[in-house]
Amino acid sequence: MAADKEYDDIPGTYVFDADMSRKGYHLNMFCITLRLQKGRDAFKADESGYLDSFPMTPEQKQSVLDRDWNEMLRLGGNIYYTSKLAACDGLTFQQLAAMMSGATNEEYRAMMMAGGRSIEGNRYKSEWEDK
Amino acid sequence: MARITAGVGVSHVPAIGVAMDSGITDQPYWKPVFDGFKKSREWIKDKKPDVVFLVYNDHCTAFSAAMIPTFALGCAAEFHPADEGWGPRPVPVVKGHQKLASHIAQSVILDEFDLTIMNEMEVDHGLTVPMSIMFDQPEEWPCLVIPLCVNVVQYPAPTGNRCYNLGKAIRRAVESYEEDLNVIIFGTGGMSHQLQYKRAGLINPEWDKEFLDLMTKDPVKASKIPHVEYLREAGSEGIELVMWHVMRGALDEDAVEIHRHYHVPASNTAVGHIILENKT
Repeated sequence: MAADKEYDDIPGTYVFDADMSRKGYHLNMFCITLRLQKGRDAFKADESGYLDSFPMTPEQKQSVLDRDWNEMLRLGGNIYYTSKLAACDGLTFQQLAAMMSGATNEEYRAMMMAGGRSIEGNRYKSEWEDK
Repeated sequence: MARITAGVGVSHVPAIGVAMDSGITDQPYWKPVFDGFKKSREWIKDKKPDVVFLVYNDHCTAFSAAMIPTFALGCAAEFHPADEGWGPRPVPVVKGHQKLASHIAQSVILDEFDLTIMNEMEVDHGLTVPMSIMFDQPEEWPCLVIPLCVNVVQYPAPTGNRCYNLGKAIRRAVESYEEDLNVIIFGTGGMSHQLQYKRAGLINPEWDKEFLDLMTKDPVKASKIPHVEYLREAGSEGIELVMWHVMRGALDEDAVEIHRHYHVPASNTAVGHIILENKT
């Protein structure tokens, strides 16, 4: 068991460290192929067939097929990689952020226009448990 | 000799580039963002840098998970804007200053900063958005650029202190280059923002403003901010701000603040900007 990390108590956050990077390596390497048109075309033509060409876990493949953005992060995906998949789907970063945080596009956009998510009550996991 | 005369800290939010590329900077959402850059564009036009030394991070574009250099210096003759998933930005090709870049690499490596040397590298919005912010939309960029790419994607990024001291080493390198060159250094990224998971959208203006104050008044204190504070207070992607310390370390400790701009939001991010000039 790894020692506790000093950032483990930050709520609603995955810190992409070496442990996450190891776990998500093939998922992230799949995502980066979507940066270029060739990869986007191949993926769109046959999603699961294309995924099978990467040594990803079944859970990782399913999370991609389901577009379960938070599950991808839990399985070691990094946001700069998963956002390539979102771009491939025609989503903006803000739409992706809305989905991950469980808000509608309108709610999320309104929150940002009003100054963003406040730091108050969002520093420690313990602050979320009380809610 | 070559000299670093000034530093620019600025966010590199991709949506700022998109707004410029699609011609919507006058819309009410974007106008306050760009109004704060008017003075900056006049200032840099007047300063006429020969070279911009641009500290930024790659967003899994030139580098995949296969290779993650902590510091990578662009020594190529030119750097093409990359396709990040939406097609490359319609901005000019970035031209490098190969001789100065190689000189800096040699100097800082002998100064015990072990850089990775990039002789081929595409550049993403991390580099092109600050160029667009400062130089608008020219046919060709009006100066040469030396990119320094810093890993802030996989934890841990280099410490603020390491970045600050690298800035000092870069200054020593530039000042030992014979040709008379006016070099301006950019530190980019931030300010507070979190792009992922349930806390996405986090913004902390009080913390950001304190950071900007420290940039001017107490850069050494700023360079000691621990990583966990960036992650907690400025969001998981707010840790990009370590790159501003490279810029600050390359300037005099008593550099003067010329301009500052802060606005929320640009997409998911707090936009922060500061211009600092050495007194002499």
